Amino acid sequence: MLHNAENFASHFFVLGNPMIYGADVSILLVIFGIVFVLTYYKKWGWLWREWLTTVDHKKIGIMYLIAALLMLFRGGVDAILMRTQLIMPNMSFLKAQHYNEIFTTHGTIMILFMAMPFIFAMMNIVVPLQIGARDVAFPYLNAISFWLFFFAAMLLNISFVIGGSPDAGWTSYPPLAGITFDKGPGENFYLLALQITGIGSMATGINFFVTIMKMRAPGMTLMRMPLFTWSVLAASIIIIFAFPVLTVALTLLLLDRLAGAHFFTIFDGGNPMMYVNLFWMWGHPEVYIVVLPAFGIFSEVVATFSRKRTFGYASMVASMIAIAVISFFTWVHHFFTMGAGPGVNSFFAVATMIIAIPTGVKVFNWLFTMYQGRIKMHLPMLWAIAFIPNFAIGGATGVMLSVAPADYQYHNSYFLIAHFHQVLIGGTVFGMLAGMYYWWPKMFGIILNERLGRWAFWFFNIGFYVCFLPQYWLGWMGMTRRMYTYSTGMGWSLWNFISTIGAYMMGIGFVFIVIEVGYSILYGERDLTGDPWDGRTLEWSLPSPAPHYNFARIPEIAGRDAWWTIKEARRKGDPVVESKPFKPIHMPNDSGRPFVLSVLFFVFGFSMVFTWYPLAFVAFLGILISLILRSFEYHTDHTLSVEEIRHTEEAYGRV
Amino acid sequence: MAMADFLVKAPSAGRGPIEYTHEDDALRIFGFWVFIATDMVLFASLFATYAVLYRHVGHGPGPLQIFDVTGFATETFILLTSSFTCGLSTYSMHRGQKGWMMAWMVVTILLGISFISFELSEFITDVAQGATLQTSAFLSAFFTLVGTHGAHVSLGIVWMTLILIQLAIRDLTPTTARKAFVVSLYWHFLDIVWIFIFTIVYLLGEMS
Repeated sequence: MLHNAENFASHFFVLGNPMIYGADVSILLVIFGIVFVLTYYKKWGWLWREWLTTVDHKKIGIMYLIAALLMLFRGGVDAILMRTQLIMPNMSFLKAQHYNEIFTTHGTIMILFMAMPFIFAMMNIVVPLQIGARDVAFPYLNAISFWLFFFAAMLLNISFVIGGSPDAGWTSYPPLAGITFDKGPGENFYLLALQITGIGSMATGINFFVTIMKMRAPGMTLMRMPLFTWSVLAASIIIIFAFPVLTVALTLLLLDRLAGAHFFTIFDGGNPMMYVNLFWMWGHPEVYIVVLPAFGIFSEVVATFSRKRTFGYASMVASMIAIAVISFFTWVHHFFTMGAGPGVNSFFAVATMIIAIPTGVKVFNWLFTMYQGRIKMHLPMLWAIAFIPNFAIGGATGVMLSVAPADYQYHNSYFLIAHFHQVLIGGTVFGMLAGMYYWWPKMFGIILNERLGRWAFWFFNIGFYVCFLPQYWLGWMGMTRRMYTYSTGMGWSLWNFISTIGAYMMGIGFVFIVIEVGYSILYGERDLTGDPWDGRTLEWSLPSPAPHYNFARIPEIAGRDAWWTIKEARRKGDPVVESKPFKPIHMPNDSGRPFVLSVLFFVFGFSMVFTWYPLAFVAFLGILISLILRSFEYHTDHTLSVEEIRHTEEAYGRV
Repeated sequence: MAMADFLVKAPSAGRGPIEYTHEDDALRIFGFWVFIATDMVLFASLFATYAVLYRHVGHGPGPLQIFDVTGFATETFILLTSSFTCGLSTYSMHRGQKGWMMAWMVVTILLGISFISFELSEFITDVAQGATLQTSAFLSAFFTLVGTHGAHVSLGIVWMTLILIQLAIRDLTPTTARKAFVVSLYWHFLDIVWIFIFTIVYLLGEMS
């Protein structure tokens, strides 16, 4: 009996690695710390009422932001560990298996649990405010999306102390990821965590598509929408058509692993390349899902800090839609080496080159927006400007990779690694940080400290080039991705050393951001105007942070840059007075069910990982019951009276 | 939900079908259409997988050995009929005839159950002949594609039953009408998917 228990525990928990023990201890300490603080300050009720049960898009956005920053930390630690292992030849800091696990979780976390929640954070916080809406179309579903993402992230993260991390790369290609070559539960963690967060992402895509199509304030036609909202609309369309393909790819691989199916096995007719195709049919659009909202943020930031209208609005919109469409026709460029033949490879090579054109149009539009503008170099603008050379290099190397015959040389080399980090960090991460700095006052009423922010910026930006430019060289010199070590005579030592120094600099940059946030919460400048940057779009017409119903009166939109137009009229001495009377507002009720439902999904996923089918069945029943209870719930909203609204608005000094 | 009071009202508001009475409900119906788009992509991916793998029979039986014309023809007939009765239910709803509406829903549910029973017995026969999910890539793809459709139909049966109960308790209101309308959209969608399964899986399988 005791022996059985020991045997179980030795497989269930990851044992024998001092770094993992360290992680175990730190996880326990953090949990105890959180429980202690919440209990000591009697905050459990507050946590439940204000956050865990909320359906307010602004609070959900803030939770996405916190989760994304935590995951940026986790993925960043993975990166630092990998670069430390590669700093010199023949290092034995990490073992081969450990290295495999770390590059797998690094990629998975950065794409699905950092980039995705970061864009969802921005979408949630900003889109309803920009279009003059009081919430998203389906606030309850929005809460479900968040909690599914959150518990999926927990499910993936728990794998490195329980059961073992996935180790077949973030793309998880069979047959390597199949049951024959990868028996442990690690890949199951990957498949189930992605499946659960994928459901949430799909719901978010539907939610924002409906919100933007149907809930804009009167007068806001499509071509009057702020460009960030446009970018979210384009990203939502891609989510709607791309994520179901991921769902299928993951399900089929899971069936292979758990039910003995033969989709991607080598024998009995399976075809591993089918998985690769399905994965990238989602995977390529996915990179545009995470980069388009960043483009939208740059458009907002550049216009605001240049104090000019965006140059070429219509071409901005057209290029985003073009990117959204063409993004579905480039997937094969991830595996030109599959050998699909010259016809197929040419088609996808040309499509890939074509998609660079609308991206180029956008870069020129940002430059022309800045041209002759009165540029103010605040933090968001700094990140936006740094993005442009970064993305130019990343775009150029992308076009190099798209040349199918040449790609046989670059394929899976560090050249590719350098390229996609350049576009994903230079595009998405720079964009999200710009957005975070830009909208932080709107979220919290605090302006982040400029001085510390500049330290973070320069460390991160210079560190970025120091880290990734040498990797282009390394790729040319033949270093392939996912190598856990290399020998002295390869001539790679110097460049690897430099690259690791760059990674440490980026790490220091991140630490500065953390310090900056902490410092600003304590001592930072408070935003009392609601419009600290002299903004152009509707979110800046509201106090910071915005009241929970957003708009006391729904604004009437007369043109693009709605808030700027109102301010211009006021500057000319035409006081645009809000004289319409307040009307009662319907607001959705808070609900604890999205949280409970997602806990059940977590239990379901966890028991499927270990093939504990009875428990999985119980959790599945629980999920069904939660859905049925919702179906029978009819009192899902309440009404705010005119007195309450007037009271709140008076507190803001806005009556 | 929050937004009813500021959505621009269509000129026909108040005179449209009952399920579109409130802006809130209209929003949900639109959202469900978008959901159907995602579900369509899901089935499209499964069809693509099937198309790639259906000749990969390994050592197992091929389509000709396991498809039973009477069986799948009956299933098709039953499911298409259920779509018709589901349409009749919506028609009765628009005429305000709650009794007929519920009656046609009951017929739809019964047809759905008999469809699922036929499909299950087909699957059981296949498995008894040694044609299982584990046999070959073709059979993995077949069972997953047809099984996913079957799972959707089963969910639809449970869902429609729940709506039926709510109709009985809460009467025909704009909200219950919206719920019934949405489940009927779902039902018709599954019917369309079945037409593709009938054509691509069964008819092409018989021709192979």
